Amino acid sequence: MAQEDGSIHWSNKSGEKGINDLVIRIATPNGSGSASANTLLYKSIFRMGIPVSAKNIFPSNIQGLPTWFEVRANGDGHTARSPQVDVLAAMNPRTMKDDFAAVNPDGYFLYDSTRPLPQDLIREDINVVPVPLTDISVEAFPDPKVRILMKNITYVGALAALLNIDLEVIRVLLVETYGKKQHLIDANLHAVNLAHQWVRDNTPCPLPIHLEPIDATEEHILIDGNTAAALGCLYAGATVAGWYPITPATSIIDAFHHLCDQYRKEPGTEKNRVCIVQAEDEMAAVGIALGAGWNGARAFTPTSGPGLSLMAEFIGFGYHAEIPFVVFDVQRAGPSTGMPTRTQQADIMTAAYASHGDTKHIVLFPSDPEECFYFSVAAFDLAERFQTPVLVLSDLDIGVNQWMCPTLEWDDSYRPDRGKVLGREELEQMKAFYRYVDTDGDGICYRTVPGVHPKGAFFTRGTSHNQYGQYSERGEDYVENIDRIRRKVYRARTHVPPPITRTQDRTSTFGVLSVGGCDLAVREGLERLAEEGFPLDYMRIRAFPFGPEVEKFIATHSHVIVVEQNRDAQLRSLLILETQAGKDKLSSVLNYGGMPLDAESVVDGIRERLSQRGMYELYTETQNPSPQIIGK
Amino acid sequence: MSSTPKPKIRHPKSSENSLRLSLRDYEGAMSTLCAGCGHDSVTAAIIRAAFELEIPPHRVAKMSGIGCSSKTPTYFLGAAHGINAIHGRMPSVATGANAANRDLYYIGVSGDGDSLSIGLGQFAHVIRRNLNMLYILDNNGVYGLTKGQFSASADPGSKLKKGEENPFEAIDPVLVAFAVGATFVARSFSGDKDQLVPLLKAGLQHQGLAFIDVISPCVTFNDHETSTKSYLRTRENVHEIVHTDYITPAGEIVANYEPGTARTVTLHDGSRVVLRKIDEDYDPGDPIRAQTVIRERRRDGEILTGLLYINEDAPDMHGLMKTVDDPLVDVPYEKLHPGSGGLKKIQRALR
Repeated sequence: MAQEDGSIHWSNKSGEKGINDLVIRIATPNGSGSASANTLLYKSIFRMGIPVSAKNIFPSNIQGLPTWFEVRANGDGHTARSPQVDVLAAMNPRTMKDDFAAVNPDGYFLYDSTRPLPQDLIREDINVVPVPLTDISVEAFPDPKVRILMKNITYVGALAALLNIDLEVIRVLLVETYGKKQHLIDANLHAVNLAHQWVRDNTPCPLPIHLEPIDATEEHILIDGNTAAALGCLYAGATVAGWYPITPATSIIDAFHHLCDQYRKEPGTEKNRVCIVQAEDEMAAVGIALGAGWNGARAFTPTSGPGLSLMAEFIGFGYHAEIPFVVFDVQRAGPSTGMPTRTQQADIMTAAYASHGDTKHIVLFPSDPEECFYFSVAAFDLAERFQTPVLVLSDLDIGVNQWMCPTLEWDDSYRPDRGKVLGREELEQMKAFYRYVDTDGDGICYRTVPGVHPKGAFFTRGTSHNQYGQYSERGEDYVENIDRIRRKVYRARTHVPPPITRTQDRTSTFGVLSVGGCDLAVREGLERLAEEGFPLDYMRIRAFPFGPEVEKFIATHSHVIVVEQNRDAQLRSLLILETQAGKDKLSSVLNYGGMPLDAESVVDGIRERLSQRGMYELYTETQNPSPQIIGK
Repeated sequence: MSSTPKPKIRHPKSSENSLRLSLRDYEGAMSTLCAGCGHDSVTAAIIRAAFELEIPPHRVAKMSGIGCSSKTPTYFLGAAHGINAIHGRMPSVATGANAANRDLYYIGVSGDGDSLSIGLGQFAHVIRRNLNMLYILDNNGVYGLTKGQFSASADPGSKLKKGEENPFEAIDPVLVAFAVGATFVARSFSGDKDQLVPLLKAGLQHQGLAFIDVISPCVTFNDHETSTKSYLRTRENVHEIVHTDYITPAGEIVANYEPGTARTVTLHDGSRVVLRKIDEDYDPGDPIRAQTVIRERRRDGEILTGLLYINEDAPDMHGLMKTVDDPLVDVPYEKLHPGSGGLKKIQRALR
């Protein structure tokens, strides 16, 4: 804070918190071109070896509405979203009042002091950092067009000075980004340096909370889940995609397109070894995937909640007629249009039982971009192995935000699992082929692809059919077939990615179950609870149908808290429906306001659940907890 | 009730094509449609066209949606794969199937309910994509399977059996096809096999989407006096405006056409269609004029038939999307990804 003598001393009562543990929030108007500045910021932190995540909190709007960009740097690797804002760069006058209020006590509020701070913005408990960013960019860039572009870069320079970000790292990143466009490199560097110098000359640097280079990002990458899923589609050998634009799933196709432009061109002709069809709606998008799957290609469609609702009929058709294809659902907040730019896990039930009639689908739940990559490959294998649609449920936070993940690995010996598909020679040898005869007794029948052999022909239909593939309304035929399909999909429970369990050294009576994008926050929260003396076993479910491990986890804990991101506790409901677990055994911690789950909410939620219904007493008897929880 | 296979009995005198297949080899299961249904005549014409074109039946994929017409793929080409998709969505399934394997023949059979109401969007968009397929619309003005409700192609003033009158404008699929850039537009009548078979053959060989609207009366629900799509009314009102002869690649044009009345179009496989103008005011090479004439005559109650428009030079979906010449299902997996080395390279940009 500015003292009476004009010198500045930062108030930092938080003591230890400071080095490589901070959250930066940048407030900008949407469409103001802050993306490259923000990328520069989080990538430079990553290059300093500090684990980082970057989240774009954006509106459903092209230009003008407020946007926030959050960067969390954490030396211990905790990169779930944290609502505790340590440094706020206020670049949007319209939200300045709220932004001012959002800063953590002892935090820092950086604003463009070319204009004075509104007089009503007064807080004793935070540090205000004035930097005349507009003045700096006016001085540096007389051309107003260039100035608008460069103004955002100046806050990177200011933050670099305040937080001790290595200018050389920034320089290298700019060179890599702009390559041969030297004038852009120079202009960006100029903007960064000017702001950096101004802050160093006028403000004590670095702040007490700042960054120091460490070595915790080796063998890691920064990637968003949609790009990773697209990479998975490339490596799985998907050749047909049907799609319809929808936030936040479209970037799967953007990335897939981009990858195919590089890796799916036939040498010599430059023709495409892929067919990506923009459909007229989501029903057509999934119809395209289904048609291609029926015809022997690996095919997929990416969508989000509203699209999934529209696709339900085709998904049921694929289930009943046993046609493989993959649906990516990058979940957003529903119902209806909901909050298209906010995250949720509210499609769990819809996905598991998509379509009318008795249906149950294989659903995979990646928790981060790394799993988006591996699970998308697995999804195609499972779809073909089990001859059924497979849904991959990611979410907006995973899909479009930047996550630090271990470098993706590829095993060159991988070959697609095409499942039981009869080829020309096999059909030639056969006396007759019938599509739905369960020859192997595993519920998975042999299928054929059009055009291969006359003997392979059959009529694919969504109407009920007997094992010979003929239309039939006989109850016995119907029951035999629909029961076999149930057995088949149930069998997948031991072939899907198994859940990941973290058990404590001493047996914990209570367990925590979670799914997908909750993982980082749950792990961070459980770590804190363990430090407080409350170690809890944790299982992250990665697929439906649930494997035997899930059943066992619930059975071996006296109570299980299910953490998920929707209002109606959909995972808990699915567990009650699909396992032996009794209702009373499962309670919920829910986050559904649209912001990604954070560790504070997990800790608070679990404490509350433990305290409710006298459970904490039971807990104290068995776990000998630390005193601060007792009586809470 | 299950479908009944048709016994394969070959008449000793029945001829074979070069694949040593007889007409019977192009048949399917027994039809379960009403006796006299126009759709069965369309089925017979498809069988005849495929037989004469000597298409290996298993190289055909039969696509349909839901409705009486959509049931018909079971009744032809029993040795071909078929898919009875969901209501109104056959075009998207056909799009995906064709995307995966461009080398098959695709025959889509739909109806006025399937294509003009629930499926109007998919109908329009598959034409827009110029998907290489034959799209037959069996058009009878009613929903048959749900027992006789008006469809979107019912003419204003047309009456249901019980007297209810349709107040709404009819959607003419031919005009829709023109509006969204169709490259092959035809109309025919299920009762006119001589016209329908050459049209189907031309449609099967057309590179792109060949749309044929076939007026195919519903004997049970829409063949009464006050119906505008009855056999009688259709026979009275159809007027062939372009006569179409289909000539195989090796065949010779034997008919004599008066100078200035006929136009020959060479199809993708080297076969040809000769379009002979019947009326002076109609030019099947001029889509703008053609639409006006169709509209004018329609106002006067006339149903113009024949190959109303063809453009053989437009690229189909694969041409538009520049996909490889081989079917995508035949591209070896090794050529679909850059391996572990490629993944390392891709990830260099992600640090």
